[in-house]
Amino acid sequence: MRPSASGASELTEVIVHLQPSVYAMKSRPVLLSGVVQPSRRTTLQALVLGAGWLTSPILRAAPTRSVRVAAASDLKFALARLLANFQRATSILVEVNFGASGNLARQIRQGLPIDLFMSADEAWVEQLVVAGLSRRLPNGTHDRGALYAQGRIALFLPKNSAIQPDEQLAGLRASWRLVEKFAIANPEHAPYGRAAREALQRLGLWEMVRPKLVLGENIAQTTQFVATGAAQAGITALSLALAPEVAQFGKHGVLPAELHAPLRQRMVLLGQASPQAQRLYDYLLSPDARELLHFYGFDN
Amino acid sequence: MDWQAARVSILLAALTALVLLPVGILLARWLAWSRWRGKPLAEALLMLPLLLPPTVIGFYFLLVLGTNSTLGNWLSQSMGLRLVFSFEGLLLASALINLPFMVQPIQRAFASLPDNLREAAWVSGLSSWQTFWKIELPLAWPGMLAGIALTVAHTLGEFGVVLMVGGSIAGETRTLSVAIYDRVQAFDLGGAHQMALALVLFSLLALALVFAAGRTGSPGKGVPR
Repeated sequence: MRPSASGASELTEVIVHLQPSVYAMKSRPVLLSGVVQPSRRTTLQALVLGAGWLTSPILRAAPTRSVRVAAASDLKFALARLLANFQRATSILVEVNFGASGNLARQIRQGLPIDLFMSADEAWVEQLVVAGLSRRLPNGTHDRGALYAQGRIALFLPKNSAIQPDEQLAGLRASWRLVEKFAIANPEHAPYGRAAREALQRLGLWEMVRPKLVLGENIAQTTQFVATGAAQAGITALSLALAPEVAQFGKHGVLPAELHAPLRQRMVLLGQASPQAQRLYDYLLSPDARELLHFYGFDN
Repeated sequence: MDWQAARVSILLAALTALVLLPVGILLARWLAWSRWRGKPLAEALLMLPLLLPPTVIGFYFLLVLGTNSTLGNWLSQSMGLRLVFSFEGLLLASALINLPFMVQPIQRAFASLPDNLREAAWVSGLSSWQTFWKIELPLAWPGMLAGIALTVAHTLGEFGVVLMVGGSIAGETRTLSVAIYDRVQAFDLGGAHQMALALVLFSLLALALVFAAGRTGSPGKGVPR
């Protein structure tokens, strides 16, 4: 299309508008300018190296897949110790996802790719077995898993709390006005939250505690609330209260097992479990493992 | 310092920006110049991820694409593709959420170009494609830079959706934000602090660099008036 006379002024406008972009192009990044200047070369090198670091796991030949575990949050420290021993003995790599048992069970139902599920009670394992997600045994049925420990709960208080922990929570009752927030795990997703609620109900303290309740998403977060002082008291897993990492932040008092339905902690291998996962499963049921679990306050 | 988580975060941010750039440019260009009557609805749909809490998006993602859903089931049977609890799924969710962040700045950049500029280019003999490539794109470059910067920054900070749709799988979906959350719950406050600080510094640096680079290229400098 030939520019007409009036088109000439528009042409000038185009040239004028093009000018800044030409000037700007000189300081443009590599992508738009056609000439790669020396300083740009180092940028390019840096970019390539960076891209290499980012994508190297994909480009590397796939190593033997590590064992993936989904474990209840109360096992946070006990399992870390167990896995350290296991990895030292077998050189099998294990990765763990911690969380509330109910949440983990839901994620597994939605497709979370893991080999072993360590719940803090039996109901969540039962749910997966019924859904047909646990490993298929040679006789055709679904693996129902095994009990690996029995959990206990404890009252947890910040280090400098004036409240004294005791078995019947009499100290808590007496000093109740000092408590603004009382933390338990969410009973809907976390077995330790359910046990806490049961214990409080058995002791006749549930109505007193309810207005000041703060719910943790899992028992580890609940313990965090108390350790940081955000909550002035709470009920946590004994295994967490005994762990050195947590004990430095607070004091605890074990609550009698009769106060709640037993926390029978069950684990099960899932559909895609590898032979390495089976070895981990066997190790967790071994006497060595039971001894370590006992150290963390679990009953056998 | 969880380097694996850092790698996942950076890879997610970079790939989200990379995937969204062409999509964003096309959408933004159409939105900037279209006179379609349904445009307000299109813009509203686009803005939706900005207003909705990440849990809503995560929830619908799980519902529609989870392994129990019709679509999710079909995808995993026919293509072996799993879109929940995988990096690919996270990338898709991240792209959906960051769409408004990419489109908005570019749309504004395109809209600020005078109409007669394109017309003059056509009059001078440039084809539509040449006009787009040689005139429109270079002039809208600051908008694209802003879109990339916002997308990268927002992806690095994404937490709600990652938690719901990602599953915190080490090396695949455990991003830096999730790793920090994990460390706090493990009472490893030192480790959490390290990563949080690194994230803040990296984000500041990246944004500052991008905005500095964007300024040198803005049109209108040195144009005789």
